[in-house]
Amino acid sequence: MKKMKQIFGISLLLAAGVFIIAADHIDAPEVAGGASDITDFYVFQAKNPENMVFVANLQGLLSPGATANASFDEDVMIEFNIDTNGDNVEDLVIQAVRKDDKMNFIGPVAPSQTGLVSTLEASNFGNDVSKVDITPYGSPAIIETSRDGMSIFAGPRDDPFFMDFAQYSAIISGNATGFNNPGADTFAGTNVLSVVVEVPKSMIGGTGTINTWVESKRKQ
Amino acid sequence: MKIYNIKLVALSAIIAVMAFSCSDNEQFDNQNDDEALRKGSPFKATYLQEDQMGRPAVNTVFVSSASKDMFNTTIPSEQNALFQSMFQSNLMALSPAYANPGDTNALGLDAATFTGLLATDVLNVSLDGVTTFFDGTNILTGRALTDDVITVELILIFGGETGLTSPEYPTLSNDNVDANDKAFLSGFPYLASPW
Repeated sequence: MKKMKQIFGISLLLAAGVFIIAADHIDAPEVAGGASDITDFYVFQAKNPENMVFVANLQGLLSPGATANASFDEDVMIEFNIDTNGDNVEDLVIQAVRKDDKMNFIGPVAPSQTGLVSTLEASNFGNDVSKVDITPYGSPAIIETSRDGMSIFAGPRDDPFFMDFAQYSAIISGNATGFNNPGADTFAGTNVLSVVVEVPKSMIGGTGTINTWVESKRKQ
Repeated sequence: MKIYNIKLVALSAIIAVMAFSCSDNEQFDNQNDDEALRKGSPFKATYLQEDQMGRPAVNTVFVSSASKDMFNTTIPSEQNALFQSMFQSNLMALSPAYANPGDTNALGLDAATFTGLLATDVLNVSLDGVTTFFDGTNILTGRALTDDVITVELILIFGGETGLTSPEYPTLSNDNVDANDKAFLSGFPYLASPW
């Protein structure tokens, strides 16, 4: 019996190892599928080459039918971290927090403390915070531009990630020896909740290389 | 006062990490903060990390199942010391060719060097030009929406030294899904409208 339990436990672990895969979709048991589960992160030069774009996607694998009811959690902060001096510690953050039907953007600003615990780097949700209405499912993208030249968006989007996740799973679990050609995009036809910020390069170091990552943090 | 403070510490680490300073009346301030927290004022609240991500698929591929939550709550500057050897073991389990002496991937990185790069899970971004995960010329200067990051990673894991032109394990080095299912926008917010 004990042995059976052990075998069951091991096979559960193996199953988890197979299941948990993608860009960062459902990457870890603590966050899998929840409001704080980051599925993807992109940083690229904007159409205007003086600007950079930061994208955080959350709550992956939303079917079209489930998307209208998906919402950002008011207790979850999405925080873009920017290291400008190469030590992999954030020198600047951009924070996004939902309040009612708006997404509030704070920064880029030097955080009052670095690491796993954050506070909102704003005195209130007043004039020092940029706000945008969260785009409802089915509506055209609502975009706001702040006085300092940032563009902001929050709402459902097509999941930009593409991969034959199903075949990868089959390979890892020993049920296939290679990918198919053509492959099948497991993420086709699914949506995510996206937060997109376009920010002047001058506000995040100006030139050179920065190190970036995105975090989700829950209000305590 | 003493008992009150002990209670606060026992209640949570919140007050400790808020690091308010220079108060003439610490207890009064703590009470106010505590009340603000209970009322849910966003400005006194602290936020504790649950998930993080730098490069695509790193946690999912290279971190063992039991350590995934820990990886998500380890700050990047401490990830290398804690996770590089796990990354290397998992890489060599996935792609045993890395165990051969001198074996490298298409970037010329052996198992230790490659996982040393990946274990600090940050996305390196250039502010001076092309931003791409890999486009044949530029390496790790950002991540564009169109980048086929999974095939790049498969090439670096399974492709061997000649992974870009003639991969060692061709059927493992490309998932043959090369683009998104919906066209991206040329301008903000760049991502396609939802399905």
